[in-house]
Amino acid sequence: MYSFEPSEEQKMLVDAVRRYANDDLRAAYRDADEEGNLPPALIEKGWELGYLQASIPEAYLGFGERSVVTGALAAEEMAYGDLAAALAVMPPGLYTTPILMAGTEAQKNEFIPPVIEMEWKPFTAALMESKFDFDPNDLQTTAVLDGDAYVLNGEKVYVPYADGAQGMIVYANLDGETQGFVLPAGTNGLTVGERQKLLGLHALPLFPVRIENVRVPKENRLGGESGHDFAPIMDAIRVAMAAMAVGVSKAAFEYSRDYAKDRDVFGMKVAQKQAIAFMLAEMATEIEAIRLLVWQAAWMLDNGKAEASKQAYLAITGAADMAMVVTDRAVQILGGHGYIREHPVELWMRNGRGFATFTGLAIV
Amino acid sequence: MIEFETPKPIEQINNVVETVAINMMRPVSRYFDEHEHEIPWDYINFMHTAVKAMGGTSMAPDESTKPKDADPDKPKRPPIGYQRLAHMVEMLSWGDAGMYLCVPGGLLGSAAVAAAGNADQKKRFLSRMVGDKPAFDAMAMTEPQAGSDTSAIRATAVLDKDTQEWILNGEKIFVTAGHKALVESDGFVVVWASIDPSAGRAGMRAFVIEAGTAGCTVTKMEHKLGIRVSDTVSIVLADCRIPFGNILGSPTVEKTTKGFKGAMATFDATRPIVAAQAIGIARATLELLKEELEKNGIKIRYGLPRQKLTNIEREVIDMEVLFQSAWLLVIKALWMADNKINNPKEASMAKVRAGDIVVRITQKAVEILGPLGYSRDMLFEKWFRDAKITDLYEGTGQINRLVVARNILEYRGSELR
Repeated sequence: MYSFEPSEEQKMLVDAVRRYANDDLRAAYRDADEEGNLPPALIEKGWELGYLQASIPEAYLGFGERSVVTGALAAEEMAYGDLAAALAVMPPGLYTTPILMAGTEAQKNEFIPPVIEMEWKPFTAALMESKFDFDPNDLQTTAVLDGDAYVLNGEKVYVPYADGAQGMIVYANLDGETQGFVLPAGTNGLTVGERQKLLGLHALPLFPVRIENVRVPKENRLGGESGHDFAPIMDAIRVAMAAMAVGVSKAAFEYSRDYAKDRDVFGMKVAQKQAIAFMLAEMATEIEAIRLLVWQAAWMLDNGKAEASKQAYLAITGAADMAMVVTDRAVQILGGHGYIREHPVELWMRNGRGFATFTGLAIV
Repeated sequence: MIEFETPKPIEQINNVVETVAINMMRPVSRYFDEHEHEIPWDYINFMHTAVKAMGGTSMAPDESTKPKDADPDKPKRPPIGYQRLAHMVEMLSWGDAGMYLCVPGGLLGSAAVAAAGNADQKKRFLSRMVGDKPAFDAMAMTEPQAGSDTSAIRATAVLDKDTQEWILNGEKIFVTAGHKALVESDGFVVVWASIDPSAGRAGMRAFVIEAGTAGCTVTKMEHKLGIRVSDTVSIVLADCRIPFGNILGSPTVEKTTKGFKGAMATFDATRPIVAAQAIGIARATLELLKEELEKNGIKIRYGLPRQKLTNIEREVIDMEVLFQSAWLLVIKALWMADNKINNPKEASMAKVRAGDIVVRITQKAVEILGPLGYSRDMLFEKWFRDAKITDLYEGTGQINRLVVARNILEYRGSELR
């Protein structure tokens, strides 16, 4: 049947994340963006909400079961609070979720428990590369089999917490297919460059990583000797990013709506002007529509539906456009004040543009 | 639970309706478009038989009937009447949006009686739809000077206390199926008129005028851009007398607009249904467009970064995003209606988006297909013309934006005009 009501457990998780978003993330986001720094305690608190741990089976020291729908619900709320902080809490999942999805039993047992059994630690993954038409299925980072190891070469960018990472999955092109490789801390040949400066996400440490003749033991190829299918991982990444785009858009919509209802102009409120009211109506409608597209893709992934991959792609495509339009409109609705770094909308617009480009920064 | 599984009963009916669309609608779609005001009786008679067989007086879900297999021990199946209706309307419109409007008994007149009529009225009027011959219903609200602004409606209904009849006067325009309802069958029209012009909207009521009533005349049949097989007419009411019992809802005027709002509430169900019609046209266009492109060696490569897509791929992908997200809004709005969750925001959002996207999709498709898209040899140009009405009737896209805006801003009508 069709149903649009989250379960009780999902509602509890959403409420908890939303409280964290409203109470903690919204209080910290502006200073974090100005200073380029997120307080560790803030990240730890987000980590302790346990949404990642709840997606991992007990066998690997988690306490739940993976659900893309649940992950999407949580991701939206986190991003609604602050995208940089959300993307700071999530990197350990970039490491464990692909292993959970595609790793061998041995890999799951070895690599997952250390990540989730205690406090937040910097584990991450490297996917994006510095090409204008970056294509996750046509990577320039290569992997070549040499004896009992794969030799990796390439350059990655936008890698969260690469500096000090205790483990990293690197995606490389092996005979034309994207494959993940699990790299433990201290792997030789990895050079983490200077922290990147971007249009948005100032508070999130993102790094370029040079990969020079890095040797990865055969057994650390994700999925073992026969490797894995990259598509489901890409699908889960797309749904995560799309859900976060919905969260950022919702934040921008609500803020500009409330501002417009409060601001006086020509003897009435700005929100009483049709041009503004219609913008808000369109923003709200867009968000509702794209959210449903994201949910549908998430549900299809959870239920192994044939067209799930295409739907995940459509969801992120729609979500990226929505995020740009909605965050731009939010700045517009605030007029000159929208341009000032005292209101959040300019920051949300800077982040909003990113969804057309960000990939591999989160996974559900 | 969040779920997107099409219920089996809906899947089954989809298959049936699709067969109707393919066999009875598409082959004559072009003919009736070019012979405006000819009536597709074969299709109508078929649908009449089908609707009767389904046991329904119209396609609208009848909430007063209990399911036949009301076994208290069985887990209750969730209500899906409106969701099912959405699928049927979508599929019929996928066949031919104008011919969908020729379904006997499936339009707004029936919806108004079903929503606001008492048991006796439902019996008297809706039972016509399951008679031996097809009968049609229509809704007459718009007047020459009153479209979006329903408060400008001037038609009046005065009670003759001696004869216990309402006397109606006024002129209505843009009445869908008015000719079929009043002239071509033993149907009825639901007319909006005021019983107290000084009371504004609070004085507005709906009245059922049965076919053959004196003083109710179809005066004009419009020539339209699209949906040409569906008749759109003007009706003049000149001292038209109808029984007292033909008023829907209460005949007393209160200071509030409750009566008006009560009937406007039916729009929370009908708006998403019209949106479903738009979706059907959009889907027909998108599917055929992709087929034509494939014939020309163009396949859509989903999954590629935007920078690697050809312009056509990018446009088609954008169309799919718009189309699918709009359909999901319709489904959600009607799922809420089925589960009796208040849904005015979602209903209007569904209409805003569906009207918007079908216009963009059909206009884009004609553009992309160049000389083929523009030609009457293919149905794209017809769907371009059919699509436009969906952003105009049942509340224009702008009126529906206003409804959404008032909802999200928590403004009364007087606060946001």
